[in-house]
Amino acid sequence: MALFNLNINGTERQVDVDPSTPLLWVLRDHLNLVGTKYGCGIAQCGTCTVHLGAVATRSCMLPVSAVGNQPVTTIEGLSEQGDHPVQKAWLEVDVPQCGYCQAGQIMSAVALLKSNPNPSDAEIEGAMNGNICRCGTYVRIKKAIKMAAAEQAAGT
Amino acid sequence: MTLIKTHLGRRSFIKSSALAGGGLVLSFSWLASCQTEAAREAALAMPDEWFEINGFLKIGENGRVTIMSPNPEIGQNIKTAMPMIVAEELDTDWDLVIVEQAPLNTDIFTRQVAGGSQSIRQGWNGLRMAGATARQMLKEAAAQAWQVPVAEITTAMGVLYHKASNRSAGYGEMASAAAKLTVPEEVTLKNPEEFTIVGTDRKNVDGLKIVKGENLFGVDVQREGMLIAMVAHPPAFGMKLQAADVESVKAMPGIRDVFPITIYPEGSERQWSDQGAIDEMVAIVGETTWQCMQAQKALRAQWESATPPESTAYHEEALTKLLNTAPKQPARKDGDVEKAFRSAATVVERTYSAPYLAHNPMEPMNFFAHVTADKAELLGPVQTPESLENTLASVLGMPKEKIDIMMTRQGGGFGRRLYGTFGVEAARISQEAGVPVKLLYTREDDMSQGTYRPSYKVRYKAGLDEAGNLIAFHVRGAGTNDDLVFENRFPAGAVDNYLAEKQALQTNVTTGAWRAPRSNFIAGAEQAFLDEVAEAAGKDPIDFRLELFDRAINNPVGDPVKNDYDPVRYAGVLKLVREKANWDAGAPAGVSRGVSAYFCHNSYVAQVLDLVMEGGRPKIKKVWCAADCGIVINPLSARNQIEGGIVDGIGHASYSALTFRDGRPDQTNFDKYRLIRIGEVPEEIETFFVDNGIDPTGLGEPSLPPASAALANALYKATGTRLYTQPFFGSQQRIIG
Repeated sequence: MALFNLNINGTERQVDVDPSTPLLWVLRDHLNLVGTKYGCGIAQCGTCTVHLGAVATRSCMLPVSAVGNQPVTTIEGLSEQGDHPVQKAWLEVDVPQCGYCQAGQIMSAVALLKSNPNPSDAEIEGAMNGNICRCGTYVRIKKAIKMAAAEQAAGT
Repeated sequence: MTLIKTHLGRRSFIKSSALAGGGLVLSFSWLASCQTEAAREAALAMPDEWFEINGFLKIGENGRVTIMSPNPEIGQNIKTAMPMIVAEELDTDWDLVIVEQAPLNTDIFTRQVAGGSQSIRQGWNGLRMAGATARQMLKEAAAQAWQVPVAEITTAMGVLYHKASNRSAGYGEMASAAAKLTVPEEVTLKNPEEFTIVGTDRKNVDGLKIVKGENLFGVDVQREGMLIAMVAHPPAFGMKLQAADVESVKAMPGIRDVFPITIYPEGSERQWSDQGAIDEMVAIVGETTWQCMQAQKALRAQWESATPPESTAYHEEALTKLLNTAPKQPARKDGDVEKAFRSAATVVERTYSAPYLAHNPMEPMNFFAHVTADKAELLGPVQTPESLENTLASVLGMPKEKIDIMMTRQGGGFGRRLYGTFGVEAARISQEAGVPVKLLYTREDDMSQGTYRPSYKVRYKAGLDEAGNLIAFHVRGAGTNDDLVFENRFPAGAVDNYLAEKQALQTNVTTGAWRAPRSNFIAGAEQAFLDEVAEAAGKDPIDFRLELFDRAINNPVGDPVKNDYDPVRYAGVLKLVREKANWDAGAPAGVSRGVSAYFCHNSYVAQVLDLVMEGGRPKIKKVWCAADCGIVINPLSARNQIEGGIVDGIGHASYSALTFRDGRPDQTNFDKYRLIRIGEVPEEIETFFVDNGIDPTGLGEPSLPPASAALANALYKATGTRLYTQPFFGSQQRIIG
């Protein structure tokens, strides 16, 4: 066990865990931030996506010891009221079916739009390829990303 | 209007004992006066007191309404749709409705199951009655308060009116009085033309919580004193536990207990939902998930063979053998197919096959259980809570009254959570360990544990006369633990000489219902075959099918009651998709177009799929989908189900497979088990519903089955190659777009 000081959603958090513990389980089991989901444990499905700095990262294979002082943003840190433009677009399009993968989808989409405010279809597909939606809401996910991009462009 | 008897169970209407106090009498109608933001906020505030009108709904003194959604929510969106039906007949404002997931309660609710696309179809009347009964009681309360005949009371948007005396009151004002009234024996239901909620787009009631990542799912459950549990299942089908070195892992950090456990004690009764259950395993109980995962990896256990290990090679060989053997009895036989084939001008014969599939809901199996000597509390994702309770009563040796089961929102089901053995495991581990536990499967546990979609093979043979008329049709199908063929489905009843045969291969790889059981494969096989037969007949594939439906409509073969489809509605969706896709104009240059249609789970679906080849790879440009599910409760989410089903059908037929060696699946995670991804789905899916006012049927499954044939038929147009074996592309090719 070892002490780690983490910057999660703008707040300093201290945890005492085995250094090999993936960030996913630190978030879920130790910090009660359960929006970040477990899906595969091998970085293949994207349900565990968080931001490390500004980069979409699979937290299920990232040992807590590798986080260092990079700030971590989880779905809970995206907005207080669920009104981040990407969250709003997701609600407007009514994307979710079961909803389990959607936090990961949203985190990937937010990271994409930060680095590329006006992505093409191919760029959306490239950035979102690591996120599986078993319910098959992909057509709506694309639509919501485009809607959020348009909203952000209009707002700036 | 329709007057119907309220045949809901009496206990549905037992009044809450907390209702003794009188309701708040308000001096104005909330909704009629909600012109200011402050008034609206007051109307939307949580009430001080709730008045339970019946088991489905309660009304607050400010007019807010809580509606219980009885069935498990697995992504089919009934948590929005079922309460919409209640709210419609209650005649309230949907914005005032709060939806709660009901616990398992067999006294109040019937069929709390998510399966077979039946929630809406079978819930329809009961949900309407619950709302209509409450509305009637509110009207009676208002009539008494105002001393006017109840027939003169009208309602709209949660407000009661007596127009003649210009009086009105919000439902909240009458809720207290209404809750004390006798339940009416008859109620009047609305005509569908009067609907203001049913048939309109309403957003997912959990949408905000989902996009905020709030605690919603079984895996998110946290309770005081709760520990994590994991299990070690046998590593292969046919194996059972011999011994486990539990001491070596007990000392690992955070591990509290490790023990072999018999989940189903001798003599305990099982339900159908326990098929595929594993009797003996090793339980690991620890403080955190990661610690339990480490212990599970480190655990050394010995397993012994109870039945011979099987392989995909064996399944293939054995199923082929079954296809080459006539079963003793046909499932259905009309006319004389042998004779007709002998006289046919053209005979087409093709064999189709598909592998095992895992369900793979994104949320792996899990359940919270707290079992003590006095009671059992269970909370988690299961599609069949009532079956789980029945099993638990026997397995735990506890009367059902002491077992409480609550459903969380569920991260997908697809049939996997019909088999709630993980709930039984959680309860038994909690009972043995004496602590509340949340059992979690890893993805590998989930994918290797079974109850898969069976592996299938089917052979079709069709005979055409010289004019291209279908004169003989023979289908022989086989599957692992499942006999595949629906003998009374189309084209049964449309062909004079028809023979259906089916057989199952018993195997030790456990199987179960997977989204649209059997239909998920045989629809694609049949619709691809009919495409080929239509081509051999020199006919347009839609015309060819419509001719057969005409036969089934005008002069059906055999007893038409036996035919498990309505040819008029079936033809209806084909005609609708033909019109919407502008089929008769032909595909635009460079575009390849395929059609498919199927009827299952009481709903009719037809699809036209357009694709183009780009760099030698198919890119799906558009899918048009026509669906007849009667009245559409919530078009916004109904379209979502259709879209998801099409993506699911295309994805699994194209990419997914579970293969076996020595009784073990070769694929245990998403690195080897391929699911469709965002770059591979149709660019656009457009859905059209038949507007016929017929009582609603479900949509969780029906759009999936035909999709694989719409794709295969379009690919044939593009490449000249017919596809007979799923997955079409294995791990090789990507469908772009």
